[in-house]
Parts: sequence; structure tokens; C-alpha cells
Amino acid sequence: MKTQTINNKKEVAEKTQRITGSEAIVRSLMAEGVDILYGYPGGAIMPVYDELYKFQDRIHHVLTRHEQGAAHAAQGYARISGKVGVAMATSGPGATNLITGIADAQIDSTPIVCITGQVFSHLLGSDAFQETDIVGISTPVTKWNCQVTKAEDIPEAIAKAFYIAKSGRPGPVLVDITKDAQVSELDFKYEKCTGIRSYKPIPKTSQESVNAAAELINNAKKPMIVWGQGVVLGKAEAELKAVIEKAGIPAAWTILGASALPTSHPLNIGMVGMHGNYAPNKLTNECDVLIAIGMRFDDRVTGSLDTYAKQAKIIHFDIDPAEINKNVQADVAVLGNSKESLAMLLDALNKNAHEAWLQEFKDLYAIEFEKVIKGDLHPTKEGLTMGEVLKQINVESKGNAAIVSDVGQHQMIACRYADFNVSKSNITSGGLGTMGFALPAAIGAKMAAPDREVVAIIGDGGFQMNIQELGTIFQQKTAVKIVVLNNEFLGMVRQWQQLFFDKRYASTEMTNPNFIAIAEGYYIKAKKVTKREELAEAVKEMMESKESYFLEVCVEKEDNVFPMIPSGASVSDVRLS
Amino acid sequence: MKEDIQSFTISIYTENNIGLLNRISAIFQRRHINIESLTTSQSEIDGVNRFVIVVDMTETNASKIVKQIEKQVETIRAYYHTEDETIFTESCMFKIKSDLLFNEPQIQNIIKESNTTIVTVNKEFFVLEKSGRRNEIESLRRDLNAFGIMQFVRSGRIAVTKDQMKITELLTASK
Ligand SMILES: Cc1ncc(C[n+]2csc(CCOP(=O)(O)OP(=O)(O)O)c2C)c(N)n1
Repeated sequence: MKTQTINNKKEVAEKTQRITGSEAIVRSLMAEGVDILYGYPGGAIMPVYDELYKFQDRIHHVLTRHEQGAAHAAQGYARISGKVGVAMATSGPGATNLITGIADAQIDSTPIVCITGQVFSHLLGSDAFQETDIVGISTPVTKWNCQVTKAEDIPEAIAKAFYIAKSGRPGPVLVDITKDAQVSELDFKYEKCTGIRSYKPIPKTSQESVNAAAELINNAKKPMIVWGQGVVLGKAEAELKAVIEKAGIPAAWTILGASALPTSHPLNIGMVGMHGNYAPNKLTNECDVLIAIGMRFDDRVTGSLDTYAKQAKIIHFDIDPAEINKNVQADVAVLGNSKESLAMLLDALNKNAHEAWLQEFKDLYAIEFEKVIKGDLHPTKEGLTMGEVLKQINVESKGNAAIVSDVGQHQMIACRYADFNVSKSNITSGGLGTMGFALPAAIGAKMAAPDREVVAIIGDGGFQMNIQELGTIFQQKTAVKIVVLNNEFLGMVRQWQQLFFDKRYASTEMTNPNFIAIAEGYYIKAKKVTKREELAEAVKEMMESKESYFLEVCVEKEDNVFPMIPSGASVSDVRLS
Repeated sequence: MKEDIQSFTISIYTENNIGLLNRISAIFQRRHINIESLTTSQSEIDGVNRFVIVVDMTETNASKIVKQIEKQVETIRAYYHTEDETIFTESCMFKIKSDLLFNEPQIQNIIKESNTTIVTVNKEFFVLEKSGRRNEIESLRRDLNAFGIMQFVRSGRIAVTKDQMKITELLTASK
């Protein structure tokens, strides 16, 4: 087999050529515009790695230190760029190690394509070495998946994979390719997929539904918007802003919707949900029209459904018909892409303002500030708070950094207090709540947006779940900033134990290693802060660093995150202490 | 406001795909919904498969389930219908010792009265086949059971709807 010269700048995918399946995989990826992918080699995928070696100046393979890291890195890449992230693994354990990242991408609608190697097709079903039914295993957590056993089927499978991953409501796709398909030859010609007969990615927005929504909104006295990631995925940030401003509607966000509208916008009233802001949670049960845009009424957002916004007319904008009436019954459902449907809504809205109603949010904010925020951001006690670390990061980033948070107390603090000026800046595991997400996701995010400042905010627990990715950061010289907020506890679980299990701290206290030594072991510049007077300088040094930087901040051990809606309680019962 | 549980027939038009059965059954399994019966076959359109699934559930849940099924990439269209909206049938087979056919005149009467077909007869056994509603099949089984049945099998429900499915138009429109 002859390989094309690596420097051939011509569109390689254009004409038909006789090549191997593994070369076809790499050429197909390149034809989809992939220039970076994350993965880990092994027996069943080695022919593809051999091709990646030949094409290394055109497609950069990042060796993560664990396949879970590869999947999360692909997610981070996708979340910050809106492009499809790609992860690759060998059969058996390589493939199963991807699963957590795939499940995370499924529930958070993140477009990723995973390519896994598989044993020779004649061995399928024989319990061959490193054979696992990855198509069966991944079925419930993928938008689509398939197994390819013939080389000639490779281009079409990959074309379909990319099309499905990114179209409509995005999601993860897995393509499992047997080794015989990789090593045999085909006549290669790549055609992008532009449609599938059985698949309607974007339902048409009906003018009637938009008119019905507009009428409710135009007549509302106390309208409230809750937007989610659908705005970001639909690239509808500008349309959202225009709608909010024209109709003067206070607007709150879900954790994945964060940053679609700048934090500082006067109509941005904060986060809803379990640890969201006091005002939007409370006033969910006071508004007369609730306009949900690209959000799915997750139970962490709604609390008890029996007492959720019962007084309000509900308008639900979504691209996915299965979300309509799934959790909350909609009075008006507007299907379609958010960019289009919000533009149509904008035309149908009257100019309006709701000053008195907005004032209600401000009044409740003042209460939250007194009872919670002041203590978090301007503490007078000796121990450091997570909030003041975020505040200091805001000072240095001026709200322009992408914040990649892990899962736990620090995540809620990061989402609550990080300033965002730019969309796609809050990268976190929302639906699955995957500890270990942030470090590898930050790698992917930084590689997709090298000009942006990417700051990972991680707990001492979650940091140790994918700590091996420090090796990737070191090898790739990825300039991510890593902040570990060390409370020597699995803090969020400890908080629940304190509040709901009589302080029985079962397996949540952690004796931690010397994190600084570990980071330095990977030749990453590292600093530890234990006192308030060291914080500002250390954060400044970190943010000014041109290279990766590890900052450990030892925070108060038993601080709690408030406000809080205890699980199963009503949004009205949001607690401030 | 408790909703009634009733029997729904879910009809799913799909592309031929090995993995789809797995995806569809997972949708039910995840929600602890017991599938009463599941049949899959060629549909009226070449290359398009049709699943007929019978489940007992509330209408609200039926509508949610159908939307989850439609969300699958290879599902062309899914519908749910009540019993009144469909014409449906099941079929069954019995294998019985041949001497009974000649020694028990009662059996011949049962076969005649129930409109059951004799598929084959040989020295050792004969085979009966019948299509009909569940209660007809059940009563036939009870009657024959008195004489001894070597094997019995019943198929899942197959059903057509009284209303048009509009699936052909849908497919031509999307071409
Ligand atoms: C993979 C995984 N395992 C367990 C959990 C349950 N869990 C949620 S938050 C949390 C504690 C996180 O502790 P840490 O990383 O130290 O962050 P902190 O809450 O202290 O900020 C745990 C164990 C999870 N979300 N993900």
C-alpha cells in the first residue's frame, strides 16, 4: 500500500483511491475538518494509529493518560468551540473506559464522535481477547452507534456519525470498527452526510406557536425566562438578548445555560436550581408566564414538580419534541432551532418593561447578598472561602476566562460567582455530575481555544479522579490553569451528611497527598495558598503565567453552599442557611 | 387526577437496523414498562420495518414513550393507538398426539366450532393453527388442555389501524 505524501495539500478526499480501512478512517476524519483528537492506542486500533503517525502534521493525536480523559477532553473541545470532539480507543477496556464521558455527553447534549477498534469480525461473539460488546454497552448512552465490519462501509459510517453528532440536538456517537475492516482495502471516496431519511434533526417552527407565545408574553405582568444550553447550542445568544431587552423580561439560567448572556446584564437575574440564586428560585412560583428556552426542566432545576410554577402559564421552546411535556406540561410549545424561533418571537413581541417586577428580584437579591454572598465573597472569618477565590479570578480574568469546573461544592461556587462576558465559557458536567470531568475537559477546551484563558476549578476529591491527565498537560504543554479548592473533604457529600445525616461523615474525609509535589513531579509550576493575604498575588501569578499553572487553595473545611433547595422540596422552600 | 391504565398498540416504522431493537427495548426497560408483546416484520413499504408493541400504560406515558422512540435516529415514525382504533389479532399453534384426534370425537367438534385449521397430521401428532382475539385463543387452549397438549405457542399481537398512517406520504415528501 502506498501512502500519499504527507505534504499533499490537495483535498485528499476528493477522488477515489484504493487505500486501507485504517487510512480511510484518518482521511474521513480529516475530511470532516478534524485536526485534533484524543485517544489511547491498543491492539485493535493499532492500524489507525499507524496512519495517524503518517498524517501527524495534519491531524494531531493527543495521548491522554486514560480513555476517560480522552472522552472528557473531546467534550471540553466541543463545548468551547461548538465543533465535534473526537475520541479514539482500542477495543475492550479502552472502549469501556470511554463510557462515562459518552454518558456525560449524552445527557449534556455534547457532540462527540468516538472511534473504537474491535476484534476481527470472525472473532465477534467468541469472547476473544479484548472483545467487548461496546455497541451494546453504549446503546443507552449514545445518540447513535454502529459497528463496521467491512472497509468499504467506513467512510459512510463516519460521515453519518459526524452528521448525527452535530445536527439537531447534538450528542455522542460511537463507531466501532473491526480490525479486519481496518486492514483490508477499499475504493475511498468521501461524501459528507447531509440527511438521513428517518431523522428529522430540526422540527419546523410554527408561526402559530410563536404567536401564541408572544400573546402570552405581551399580556404578562410578571414574565420570567429560564434559558438553558439550547441557546448556546443553537447559537442564539444574540436573539436571546434581543428578546429579553425588547420585552424587558428578567432572565435566569440553568447551569449549562450560563454565559449565554453576560453576567453583568441588568436583566440577568442569576441561576435557577438546587444551589441557584434565591430570587429566581423563589419567584419561579410567583411569575405569571414562565418562558423556558432550550432547557429540559431537570429535577435539579425544578425541585418538586408538584409545586413547580403551578400558577404560571408555561411556554417551552425546544428543538427536541420529546422534551415537551416530559416533566412540565407546556401551555404553549414552540419547537425548532432556538436561533430561528427566538428571532420569530422577537418580531411578535411588544416593547415592554417590568420595572416593579424586576425590583422584586433585586429585593430578594439583597437578602441573598446579606445572608450568603457577603460571607462568601467578603469573609471576615479566618478561613478562606471558595467564593473569594472565584472573586479573585474574576478580578484577573475580567470575566473573559472560560471556567471549567468539576463536580461538588466548588462547582456550584464557580457557577454562582464566576463572571462571564463570553458565551461557551462555563464548561461543566451538568446532567451527569461527573467528578473527574474538569481536568481533561480543560485540556480539550484550551486546545480548541488556545487564545482563551482556561481555568479549571476542581475539588480535592475530583482532582484525584483524573489526576493522571497532568501528564497530558505536561507532554502537550497545554497552558491550562488548574485551581484545586482543597477542603480535605468530599465537600458536597459532607454538606448533605451534615444537613441530612446528623453529621455522620461516612467516608468523606480525605487525607490528601502533597498536591504541589505531584504537580511539580509533572514539571508544572505550582503554588499553595493557605492564607488570605497570599491569595491575590498567587491568583495574579497564575493568570499571568504563559504556561500551565497549578494553584492549591486550602479553604475552610466545613463550609456549606447556600442557597439550597433540599432534594424533593419546592423551589419556594429555597434555604439561605 | 389518576389516569387510567389501558392497553396501547405502539406501531413503529423503522429503517432496517440491527441495533434498533436494542434501543427500543431499552426505552421500555429503563422506565420499568412491561412489554406485553412485540412483533417485528416488513411493513407495507419496501425496506421499512414495522414494530407492533403492546403495552399497558396511561395515555400520558404512551405519548412520552412514543416521542422517545421517534427520537431514535432510525425511527421513521411512531404512533400509539387504543384497542378501539385498531384491528388486531394474534395467532397460535397446538401440537397434539394423533390418536386423540381419532379417539376423542369431542376434539373434532372443538376444532370445527372454533374455526381452527389443521396444519398437518401424521402418525404421531397433528398441528392446529388459529388466529383471533386473546380470549378466543385462551378458551381454545383451555378446551384442548383437557385432552393433553404436547406444545402450545402464541404469537404477539399484530395490528393495523383503522385510520391512515400517512407514512408513505411522509417518506415521499422527504425524498
Ligand atoms: C464519579 C462521581 N462519583 C461520585 C460522585 C458523588 N459526589 C458528588 S459531589 C462529591 C464530592 C466532591 O468532592 P470534591 O471533589 O472534593 O469537591 P467539593 O465538593 O469538596 O468542592 C461526590 C463524591 C460524583 N458526582 N461523581
